[in-house]
Amino acid sequence: MKTFNYHSTKDVKEATKLASSSSAFLAGGMTTIPSMKLGLASYKDIIDIKRIKKLSGIKVSAKSVTIGAITKHTEVANSKEIKKAIPSLAVLAEGIGDPQVRNRGTIGGSIANNDPSADYPSACIALNATIHTNSRKISADKFFVGMFETALKKGELIEAVEFQVPEKSCYQKYPNPASRYAIVGVYVAKHKSGVNVGVTGAKSCVYNEKNIASALSKSFSSSAVDNVKISSSGMNSDIHASGEYRANMVKIFAKKAVDAC
Amino acid sequence: MKKITLEVNGKKVSKEVPDHTVLSVFLREVLNLTGTHVGCDTSQCGACVVHADGKSIKSCTALAADLDGSKVTTIEGLVSNGKMHPMQEAFKKLHGLQCGFCTPGMVMSAIDLLKHKKNPSDKEIRDWLEGNICRCTGYQNIVAAVKEAATKM
Repeated sequence: MKTFNYHSTKDVKEATKLASSSSAFLAGGMTTIPSMKLGLASYKDIIDIKRIKKLSGIKVSAKSVTIGAITKHTEVANSKEIKKAIPSLAVLAEGIGDPQVRNRGTIGGSIANNDPSADYPSACIALNATIHTNSRKISADKFFVGMFETALKKGELIEAVEFQVPEKSCYQKYPNPASRYAIVGVYVAKHKSGVNVGVTGAKSCVYNEKNIASALSKSFSSSAVDNVKISSSGMNSDIHASGEYRANMVKIFAKKAVDAC
Repeated sequence: MKKITLEVNGKKVSKEVPDHTVLSVFLREVLNLTGTHVGCDTSQCGACVVHADGKSIKSCTALAADLDGSKVTTIEGLVSNGKMHPMQEAFKKLHGLQCGFCTPGMVMSAIDLLKHKKNPSDKEIRDWLEGNICRCTGYQNIVAAVKEAATKM
């Protein structure tokens, strides 16, 4: 790993002031550190935000669940309040990586990285999330731009993620047996205004599967998905699964999610 | 360079290290605590698991500077009065290892599990050890050893 200057920061102002075109914010480091070791990324300055208290914690109201950016996966997985308000979100957090990854990895880090197979982005899409940064609020459908790409500007820092509490929701994924990243993951959420189907792992970026979502908005049952056609065009194809297989899995896991809602 | 102070296995240590030093390197190369193993070095295999402030973490993927002020326990810190920890005893008794490379991480991770669940089922043990890879045993005896340790802890 190439060397860098490590900065531990105490508040958002200090952290964002240090940011430059050759810096990275460090939360859990579960992706940033291996990426630096593998030579995929290198930075002059690493700005650790883990000690900024304001960025940690969980707030639950009748309408929303707001999770601070540096809140760890294990805290979300074990939060009694989240289990009550949006149980599927706790289940999702419990299924990320392994216990040691969950002890360090954070929600802000996960969505800022926008790995095409990460779990949290699908929750953001399904639960109409709003991403709060140090300078603005971004809705999830505008946040995830492309593979490992988000709407965040250089030096912009995620402070919290606000999820809308749905009527019903469920996340089902087919995990890669080694990494536990989703080969395909489908997050179905039924809101008063309609249904969202956040799909991760299938394409180069998380997306809302609108064909399934509109079928489910008309009739919220797994049989409503039967006649929806999912094209394999644009689907990821690799040693783990072909594009055709992933297209089929999107449908199957959407049905599974509806049945388990 | 960063000056950091940690409590490692009950002893306070202060050292100056390059900013990019990860905890596994700090333990092995600065403190000569080579019981913590490094396998994949990218947080997949779990051979490097230690406890930091009571929680199991992968030491290859945590910066030493980031853990300034923390209490760290490694496999070397488990022995008390010359006696092995019940988890180590159980691994020995039930042949929970062959080559032993993954064992320090397995033991540290399994101890963390028993802090959360006193009598875990086979499935709970296997789920918890998701991030610890063993290429020798086939895991059967590891699971048996964790179950045995659960009766002694």
